[in-house]
Amino acid sequence: MADVILRNVRKSYGSVDVIKGVDIDIPDGGFVVFVGPSGCGKSTLLRMIAGLEDISGGTLEIGGEVVNDVQASERGIAMVFQSYAIFPHMTVRENVAFGLTIAGASKEEKERKVAEAARILRMEHLLDRRPGQLSGGQRQRVAIGRAIVRKPRVFLFDEPLSNLDAALRLDMRIEIGKLHKSLGATMVYVTHDQVEAMTLADRIVVLKDGRVQQAGAPMELYHRPENRFVAGFIGAPSMNFLDVEVVSRDGNSAKVRSDVVAEFAAPAWREGIPTSGGAILGVRPQDLRPVESGGALSGSVNLAERLGIETVVDVTLRDGARVLASLAEDRVFEPGQSIQLGFDPGRAHLFPRDEPADAD
Amino acid sequence: MAHDLTRSNRAGWLMALPGAALIAAFIILPFFLAFAFSLTNQRLVSPNPTEYVGFENYRNMLGLAVFTLEPERDADGKAVRGADGEIEYPRLRKFTRGNPDYPNLRNKREWFGWRSGENRVVVLASDVVFMKSLVNTVFFVLVVAPVQAGAALGLALLINQKLRGINLFRAIYFMPVVVSIVVVSLLWKFIYSPGDGLLNNVLSAATFGAFEPRDWLGNTSTAMGAVIAMSIWQGVGFHMVIWLAGLQNISPTLYEVAKIEGSGRWQTFRYVTWPGLRNTAVLILIVITMQAFALFAQINVMTQGGPLDSTQVLVFQAVERGYGKQDISGGSAISVILFLLVLSISILQRVMTRERA
Repeated sequence: MADVILRNVRKSYGSVDVIKGVDIDIPDGGFVVFVGPSGCGKSTLLRMIAGLEDISGGTLEIGGEVVNDVQASERGIAMVFQSYAIFPHMTVRENVAFGLTIAGASKEEKERKVAEAARILRMEHLLDRRPGQLSGGQRQRVAIGRAIVRKPRVFLFDEPLSNLDAALRLDMRIEIGKLHKSLGATMVYVTHDQVEAMTLADRIVVLKDGRVQQAGAPMELYHRPENRFVAGFIGAPSMNFLDVEVVSRDGNSAKVRSDVVAEFAAPAWREGIPTSGGAILGVRPQDLRPVESGGALSGSVNLAERLGIETVVDVTLRDGARVLASLAEDRVFEPGQSIQLGFDPGRAHLFPRDEPADAD
Repeated sequence: MAHDLTRSNRAGWLMALPGAALIAAFIILPFFLAFAFSLTNQRLVSPNPTEYVGFENYRNMLGLAVFTLEPERDADGKAVRGADGEIEYPRLRKFTRGNPDYPNLRNKREWFGWRSGENRVVVLASDVVFMKSLVNTVFFVLVVAPVQAGAALGLALLINQKLRGINLFRAIYFMPVVVSIVVVSLLWKFIYSPGDGLLNNVLSAATFGAFEPRDWLGNTSTAMGAVIAMSIWQGVGFHMVIWLAGLQNISPTLYEVAKIEGSGRWQTFRYVTWPGLRNTAVLILIVITMQAFALFAQINVMTQGGPLDSTQVLVFQAVERGYGKQDISGGSAISVILFLLVLSISILQRVMTRERA
């Protein structure tokens, strides 16, 4: 077991900077998820920790030792790939024992360790099959088994569930969570799926364009996103953003209004919020609820999706802006019907206008 | 788009007709004609009508016999020795020519023999040249298939790297394939030429004159080796490209797994590369075997089967017989034997290298 510390880590391909100075602390036994849109550098960062990519600048420590120039096999890591990367010509047993075969382990040792990994992953019955006879979930289980057998100090997962169908993904997610608890190993997990990030992580690192946007516990990121990118990326459906004018500001509270938003006092703890002028108001779809009258927002229903347990309403506001409201009930809305939406001012977010917000 | 052309069966057949007719006329028909001719006494030009002769052509080529010659003995029963001390044997033709006691030896000639005690065992063949060409062809295949496949794999591994200018090397290794085999054979004839040929010059320069120049293609002990070496050189680039395609089909992630597990170069080859090349290997072995059995142009240009039949091979014999000696039926019979040989070896290779499910 070991902690992983990244200090000002950089990666460039020629003149193109992919990772632009990243500092991350991964505690011993922690489960840290790197999340971000594709191309944000999260997989590259993981591969740098693994030793599959060179580190252009900064230092990477695993277990208190700088490993920038240490071979992948000497870093005490194991990696699970999105494509499973199991050998098609080997049985499950041979695949799981691959590292032991390479290391020249005895037959007894292989038997024992493979049996243990198979027991942990409940795949004893699969050991003599070949990968061609396995489902996607079973293949990924084999890949995880191969990682377990290495007894690594750090497990690295590169989008391990992305090739699985939705139901299997949920199962495997739960299984990986359990595995972390039972092994107590440090795990670093890359995904573009914020639900995986929220459910698995003790700590989420949100990346964009090779920089850390915010790192923290899942609920911290959900409730106190530091910028619009994090606010928009964490949570589904995405947070609604509306242009507003700041009327006045009083410490950590600012009175805001716009043509479609009735004046109210919003929390204004983020840096860069002006005392007057333009700002961005963020409200999560789950915080919006329809009201009979006096709602802060009014408009007409564009489309309503009934999911049984929730209803997602797409509303066009009077000025043409669109917001999503996610109601925790099954309700019928007619397209074109006028609607008023209210929210708890304390759950609103205010962001400075001059920062990029695109989640994709 | 439902068009008349795509729906009408007749139009489709009409379109396929020219190609199909050409294939039928020049590939399928000759294939069956070879079988048919091999059972007759068909000649290229002959005033006599063609007759069905059954398997006589095959018997005339494949006939073999083993015969033990006993020494000439004097009155005491001791073997007679000649002036040089060698045991003297009766002449073989006493048995092979019109001897009613030995009908199985009739018209056969000595292929090879060995001493067994005082006796001499002789293997006789109805058609010694055919037998030699059969053995030479098999020898050629046995050497060329593994060596060419191995060398091509080595080259493919070398050029499957991300290095500056690697495409130049790929082009260079592939170049001999693009050049016509006849041209290559002519060039190598110069390289091998006795006296001032390139090979002799290079070897004597490299050994500071200690090397005695020799006639590579005119010597029974080196002629076949010389043909083999240039054949491997000429074909290796083609198979290199096939190996390369196989190599690039192996997922890079598998190599990353091997790297993380601390696998060395040899282990990576053994556990990742080679298993991933299994299907490519089957293809390459079968293709090389078929090409090697079809050896003709090199022999035709460089040696004409000589010296002393040391480079006689089956296809050259088939052509030589069919057109040189105007014996179409004999040539056809050789073609059929070659076909059966290649077919059975390919099937065998396929079975032996089949992937265990």
